[in-house]
Amino acid sequence: MNSVKTLSLSCRNPNRRRLNRRQRTLVVVALAAAYLLLLLGGGLLLGEEGLSTNLTRRNMPPSLSYPLGTDWLGRDMLARTVQGLSLSFAVGLAAAGTSAFIALVLGLTSALGGKRLDTVITWLVDLFLAVPHLVLIILIAFVFGGGITGVIAGVTFTHWPALTRLLRAEVLQLRSAEFVLVSRRLGRSRWWVATRHLLPHLKPQFLVGLILLFPHAILHEAAVTFLGFGLSPHRPAIGVILSESMHYLSAGSWWLAFFPGLALLTMVRAFDVLGDNLRLLFNPRSAQE
Amino acid sequence: MPLEANNISFRYRTDHWILRHLNLAILPGEIVGLTGPSGCGKTTLARLLAGYARPEAGRVLLDGQALPTSGYCPVQLVSQHPEQAVNPRWLLRDTLHEGYVPDEALLLELGIKNEWLKRWPNELSAGELQRFCVARALGPGTRFLLADEMTTMLDAVTQAQIWQVVLKAAGERRIGILVTSHDEQLIKRISHKSINLAPCL
Amino acid sequence: MKHQEAITPLLEVSDLSISFTQYTGGLRQKTIRAIVNLSVNVKPGEVLAIVGASGSGKSLLAHAIIGILPGNASVAGKMVYAGEPLTPARQAALRGREIALVPQSVNFLNPLMRVGAQVRSSALNGNDAAVQREIFTRYHLAAGTEQLFPFQLSGGMARRVLVATAAAGGAQLIIADEPTPGLHPAIVRETLAHLRELSTAGRAVMLITHDIIAALETADRIAVFYAGATVETAPVTDFRSEGELLRHPYSKALWQALPQNGFRPVPGCQPSLDDLSCGCLFAPRCPMASPHCLTAEPALRSLRGGEAKCHHAA
Repeated sequence: MNSVKTLSLSCRNPNRRRLNRRQRTLVVVALAAAYLLLLLGGGLLLGEEGLSTNLTRRNMPPSLSYPLGTDWLGRDMLARTVQGLSLSFAVGLAAAGTSAFIALVLGLTSALGGKRLDTVITWLVDLFLAVPHLVLIILIAFVFGGGITGVIAGVTFTHWPALTRLLRAEVLQLRSAEFVLVSRRLGRSRWWVATRHLLPHLKPQFLVGLILLFPHAILHEAAVTFLGFGLSPHRPAIGVILSESMHYLSAGSWWLAFFPGLALLTMVRAFDVLGDNLRLLFNPRSAQE
Repeated sequence: MPLEANNISFRYRTDHWILRHLNLAILPGEIVGLTGPSGCGKTTLARLLAGYARPEAGRVLLDGQALPTSGYCPVQLVSQHPEQAVNPRWLLRDTLHEGYVPDEALLLELGIKNEWLKRWPNELSAGELQRFCVARALGPGTRFLLADEMTTMLDAVTQAQIWQVVLKAAGERRIGILVTSHDEQLIKRISHKSINLAPCL
Repeated sequence: MKHQEAITPLLEVSDLSISFTQYTGGLRQKTIRAIVNLSVNVKPGEVLAIVGASGSGKSLLAHAIIGILPGNASVAGKMVYAGEPLTPARQAALRGREIALVPQSVNFLNPLMRVGAQVRSSALNGNDAAVQREIFTRYHLAAGTEQLFPFQLSGGMARRVLVATAAAGGAQLIIADEPTPGLHPAIVRETLAHLRELSTAGRAVMLITHDIIAALETADRIAVFYAGATVETAPVTDFRSEGELLRHPYSKALWQALPQNGFRPVPGCQPSLDDLSCGCLFAPRCPMASPHCLTAEPALRSLRGGEAKCHHAA
């Protein structure tokens, strides 16, 4: 192999010093995760910063001391934005997590629990998918009395159907896999097969589905609060911030809407990047490149 | 004592019948060859006998009783494609030990190397994987082995190796075997009697 | 029996080595050598069968010749087609035109394209539709077949369509990669007969298979693969009685392991892809092995009208 010409048919000949593709993906994942954790942590650390008013410094455009400017009550927009994102993240986490869990349970039950249960659950999935999200969220939030509970409940109960369908399809396919049938014939119980064969196969889909639920959850929370059905106005969630800033746009205070909106976008994008790259890592076909 | 197919008939949904009023019996220690044109139901018959599917009519009986639906089934099937019969996310050690823990002597005879146990299925070739499937199927509870084109995709040396071990185990433990194959020479060499599934419908 | 020695090979592969970089389950990568110093050639008008166990690198060779190796493969060695080196650019130009692949199953066809359209798209000169109809008639495919999608084809029809797709382009080198996987003998014979016809028409056919009996019925020469290299090339007539005319111990073992011969296996297993030991890779299992075999890799040398990669072959 030493003294022969190289007819390199591939353009990817990893150099020692460059990171390989998998390492690069992991770096991206780590960066995205770090950004998100920073937001979450930042919000907790800042405490009451974003809520304290100081009428001497109202409506100041972005400057060195206040990088994102201040609002009409003199509140520091940077602190407020970070806190807002952090709150949205927390709400998103609660909603996406619960939603994903419901999807897992229903997806498994539907695929393994017999024809009648399957029909009922599929019918429920179709029902929830048919109703426009925002309308349903508002209704559910209202039923739960508004506020944080209402928003979380609303988002949770509207986002489980898509992931349920995905997981159900995956399990249905797996159920008739040769190695699953062999396992039963070797004497393994249904529960054993579900936990040792099926669940591990679902892990990647579940994780990626969970992470990709975040952007939805956060955006919906922002929308619902913007419309006035969600969190109370003094808690600085992004939806609140955006909603109130609308009043001041015509007065020229563009920074009140621009930066929070941009921040929301970057956070949602970070989740997308995280989810997509994790999917790349898990997919066996692209995993070897 | 025998494994019997009693007047069984089978079809997929409402298609034409693949098997119709078929009767077959395998005695312990007997090796029966099964031949016939493609699509005539050889694999279907093997799967019915192993309990992977249920016949539309008739019954599969072991010692006069229906096949057990739970617990280790005394009738084990080894099929043509080992890559599909092992969980790709499991280490091969776990796959091997799924039914029982085979003893070192059997692993040695089948040529299963120790270092393979720490590997994933996609790192091994079909011939190597099939050795694992055969070892897995020869548990202490196995009384009948259904070899459905078990060595069709393997080269001649691996085929001879695997059959050498299986025939020895079958002889010692009086395991009945049903061999499905297109290779008439193989059937002639190893089976006591052979059945042709033609004419098929 | 044609006299092959005087004809120059259409495809000549010398000292081909293919290795892959794979992730070791974490973040590091390791190199796996799949094919090591492989040499083989095919002449026009002959059928060369490449016989070997699964995992010996047969399909990789086919993909390397056509130029469809995955992105993490690196290739070293020389491939010469019709006297000119086979560069990636030339491979792309010749693919489907002069060098055609008969794949293992219809999964390699476009599932959304009707079968007739796929064959027409590979037809080289003249009226596409006429070429396609002529080929379908030659392979006994009924008139309505061209309207079917790949998944609607039965086993035998699928085989014929795959061969037809490769033949339609007027290719001079046809590589058939496991064209008869576990199929019924009648279909196997028919497919092999079609490949035989193609070679009679003057094309070079490379038949890759693990089924040595099928190979013996169709081929003029057999190349035996073991652990990523050719260990012997022999004319088909050498495979008979006890295999005394064969040169390499593995070929003899393969022949004697058949049910119609001794059904006697040699113990042991083909070394795995990341076994980077030097020396002859068959030595651990070889009845003729000497200490020298374990340290020095033998060269492929000419012997009695064939070739053998063995220190002790005679």
